Amino acid sequence: MSASFEIQLIAVVVAVTCAIPGVFLVLQRMSMMSDAISHAILPGIVVAFLLTGDLGSPWMILGAAMAGVLTVALVELLRKTGLLKEDAAIGIVFPALFSVGVVLIAQYAGDVHLDIDAVLLGELAFAPFDRMTINGVDFGPRALFVMSAIFCVDVAFIVLFFKELKLTSFDKALAGALGFAPAFLHYVLMGLVSITAVGAFDAVGSILVVALMVAPPATAYLLTDSLKPMIFISVGIGALSAISGYWMAHFLDASIAGSMATMTGVIFLTAVVFAPHRGLWSVRKRRSSQQIVFGRKMLVIHLYNHEGLPEANQECRVDHLEDHLRWDHLFATRAIKSSLQLSLIKQHGALLSLTETGREVARKSLVEL
Amino acid sequence: MDYAIDIRDMTVAYREKPVLWDVDLQVPPGVLLAIVGPNGAGKTTLIKASLGLVKAAAGSVLIHGRPYAEQRSTVAYVPQRGSVDWDFPTNVLDVVTMGLYGQLGWFKRPGKAERVAALKSLAQVGMEEFAARQISQLSGGQQQRVFLARALVQDARVYFMDEPFQGVDATTERAIVDLLQGLRKQGKTVAVVHHDLQTVPEYFDHVMLLNVRRIASGPVEEEFTEENLRTTYGGRVAFVSALSAAKK
Repeated sequence: MSASFEIQLIAVVVAVTCAIPGVFLVLQRMSMMSDAISHAILPGIVVAFLLTGDLGSPWMILGAAMAGVLTVALVELLRKTGLLKEDAAIGIVFPALFSVGVVLIAQYAGDVHLDIDAVLLGELAFAPFDRMTINGVDFGPRALFVMSAIFCVDVAFIVLFFKELKLTSFDKALAGALGFAPAFLHYVLMGLVSITAVGAFDAVGSILVVALMVAPPATAYLLTDSLKPMIFISVGIGALSAISGYWMAHFLDASIAGSMATMTGVIFLTAVVFAPHRGLWSVRKRRSSQQIVFGRKMLVIHLYNHEGLPEANQECRVDHLEDHLRWDHLFATRAIKSSLQLSLIKQHGALLSLTETGREVARKSLVEL
Repeated sequence: MDYAIDIRDMTVAYREKPVLWDVDLQVPPGVLLAIVGPNGAGKTTLIKASLGLVKAAAGSVLIHGRPYAEQRSTVAYVPQRGSVDWDFPTNVLDVVTMGLYGQLGWFKRPGKAERVAALKSLAQVGMEEFAARQISQLSGGQQQRVFLARALVQDARVYFMDEPFQGVDATTERAIVDLLQGLRKQGKTVAVVHHDLQTVPEYFDHVMLLNVRRIASGPVEEEFTEENLRTTYGGRVAFVSALSAAKK
């Protein structure tokens, strides 16, 4: 495997693994919890490192998971006092834990790879140098193995508890009433977010983990109405961001993690504008077509009301519509054109008259009103 | 006597402030009960505490003689419509099927039998053609009926409903009342948090008047009195006496 391919593979596995628990964070409106956890796991990692002296040990993942769960518990504790809201509680807890981590690194671990830059931004380009070797045989980059293992844990959790996660995410009260222990599931999910964050941390750092956890599910949310597709689309978008981000970094000679996060943002923005049903573009199109439908109705009703009456010659003139219905010229032209196309009306010079279909539509619309 | 719902000495406090104080409630089976009281009287909390969703400082709850934890499968709960996110990516049938998750237990997925049962209870609330509809596209009344279908599918003995008439139109309200009275005729017990005092005598046969403490509970004709309402609603007597005038 070439280094370039290895890096892309790690990037994809990291992005995909982050997207999976991210779906439930987004649905439970806890996106900012991923920010809190990804920062607050730092003291867990540092303490585990100081105790074991090994950067890649499973103890680090365990330490991080414990710090993550501690974050959630502390936030919950502060919130329960009723003295401050959850967002403020998050804002207090995670910088506190993160700063402890930063101080610990500066004091005791300044001379190892665990430096502040790497913690914040990660360095994917170096990942292939850290190999997984057993008895002198090289199996590939260590990060790939660690992240794949975390990926399997995440997938297993989602598959096993899919029904329960869906219920607690949608209706926590019913989940509790039916005996599904929503608090327990919450902590397990947060534990998963923590180990996912610590795995991704090496590759993309603690800030960009958030982009990978939140942006792909938030994008998928705009593209589908159903939970399972939302998970698969999030995973796909994660992978797409990883690969396109890698090549963007390659051509711009920029940070890979930064480029990946940028791509999640670009894809999200594209979805905001162009998503089939919820995108701004299609909402606008739908509104304008609803306006035309309404305009057609107003037009045929107007013609119907004045049909055969002495004032018809005056009322049913094209230029009169703009005064009478207070339409601007452009809208009047569009409504008339669309009505003509559907043969609801006929035009004789400047005068409009109803067809039989148009009369029918007018009668029906009057009943609806 | 075997009560369907037997709440004794229920006390719930958020920090020092009591929300429910020493509340007793005995509901015989086959009764349609309205739980009424002013805002902040603890109506929702009473239901939540009965279902173990809120921690009670004291008190016990028996459902047909046994603790709720042993009776989960015989109790259905309809939370307030506003308590969930209706933009959640799922459809109507899926939400109704959630009512059966308790009977399925951990890990087991809903299958064809569950879908059939869910469709059946959707038909009961007149929503079968909405089965595939994304839930964000429902009106308030439709959301409420979906919640009702989700409770019906459980085929429970005891139903707790939190404001099922909130924000629904007159037609839907009538349809829901018919359903609730149908449940009572089948011998089920239904406890409903209700806001509209005017309709209490028409819809319900039992009433509980609650304002942190239990003011009264029992058959509507005995307990739904001007005096009890005055005690429950305190100063707002003008509207209470207008109401009892309307009753006569």
